[in-house]
Amino acid sequence: MLENIIKSHRYGDYGDKESTGGANATVGQISASEWPLWEVFIRSKAGLDHKHAGSLHAADAQMAMENARDVYTRRNEGISIWVVESKHIHASLPTEQGEFFEPANDKVYRHPTFYDIPDEVGHM
Amino acid sequence: MIQAMQETAPSALQQQFDEKIDQDITIEPRDWMPDDYRKTLIRQISQHAHSEIVGMLPEGNWITRAPTLRRKAVLLAKVQDEAGHGLYLYSAAETLGITRDQMYEQLHSGKAKYSSIFNYPTLTWADMGAIGWLVDGAAIMNQVPLCRTSYGPYARAMVRVCKEESFHQRQGFEIMMQLAKGTPIQKKMAQDALNRWWWPSLMMFGPTDDNSPNTAKSMRWRIKRFTNDELRQKMVDVTVEQTRILGLSIPDPDLKWNEERGHYDFGAINWDEFFNVVKGNGPCNKERLDTRRKAWKEGQWVRDAAMAHANKRAEKSRQQALVSA
Repeated sequence: MLENIIKSHRYGDYGDKESTGGANATVGQISASEWPLWEVFIRSKAGLDHKHAGSLHAADAQMAMENARDVYTRRNEGISIWVVESKHIHASLPTEQGEFFEPANDKVYRHPTFYDIPDEVGHM
Repeated sequence: MIQAMQETAPSALQQQFDEKIDQDITIEPRDWMPDDYRKTLIRQISQHAHSEIVGMLPEGNWITRAPTLRRKAVLLAKVQDEAGHGLYLYSAAETLGITRDQMYEQLHSGKAKYSSIFNYPTLTWADMGAIGWLVDGAAIMNQVPLCRTSYGPYARAMVRVCKEESFHQRQGFEIMMQLAKGTPIQKKMAQDALNRWWWPSLMMFGPTDDNSPNTAKSMRWRIKRFTNDELRQKMVDVTVEQTRILGLSIPDPDLKWNEERGHYDFGAINWDEFFNVVKGNGPCNKERLDTRRKAWKEGQWVRDAAMAHANKRAEKSRQQALVSA
């Protein structure tokens, strides 16, 4: 029953597959008029990076940008916006999280606290 | 004594999920989750989104009749915010696999519900004050704990919503203050609005705990952090004090401070009215849905035009690229 509702999973289902249009076109029952889905990233202040703020539907990049400004920066939350079609985002698999990030686990010597520097050296 | 049947051992994924919930670790879109968890969230988040969009209508009713330019600009900003909140929530729901069109279809067909409070009419300007103060107040009480709900996109949407919601309540309270301390006619209008919106606002928290079958599941999965009755009690306690400051009175003869409990006792809620409105028999249910369906239908040309325009622009730049190659 749930399969009838769930048409897509975001972030990384697409790999190299060409989508016919819109992030949700993995099963071909989406109406032709549904605008593609975009992810919005906002830089709040000069010097900071863009942070993911949410998503919206828009017909193209210019519309996505203007809509992102209208809905995500009503209170001066941003000086810069990136929009990316959701289908272009790829994500690591949560089920492989342990294995995927394992290489860093036994390399504690990458942290400064691993090293014993005598106090007389001062700040290092 | 007959041994009970051995339950099948839970799968490793189910166990990992349960552990995450128990440790208050957030669940994200691509994490494995039980079908029921996904279904419950789709229903709750999409209905929350529908509530925001439909909630624009009772207040939209007074934009052209606000008493001053400042009130008009402020009311416009509030209603705009509600549209934005709808967007944040639809976006969060979409991460679970349902599409926007599907959610609209559920709303327009009457299959999906939205908060029953929006099925009441806004009869006077004072209703703008009562709604901002009481309805947004109740929403805040419900939404602050949701900022820590177990599903990541929902929690993050709630953080954004809560930041914006506090101006909504202040603008409502400001309106009530101005009216309550104004002429006798203004004060009467404010009291009348309070009389009409008080009980429906308490109903916003849903049925009593013993009548709410979904609550146990939602609490187990940390979707919900406090029960309906807990939040409702908090609302009453906080609002009684605010009403005193306004110099108005709450339309409940049974309202009384209970020293033993450390809370206000309050009168019985008319649950028949609540379930009737939820079923579709409230004063404005038909009007609200008709308005939404009409807006969707009459907006089709805009959606089509935007796609056509985007395609035309894309084609033009393709042609230009070919020419300049």
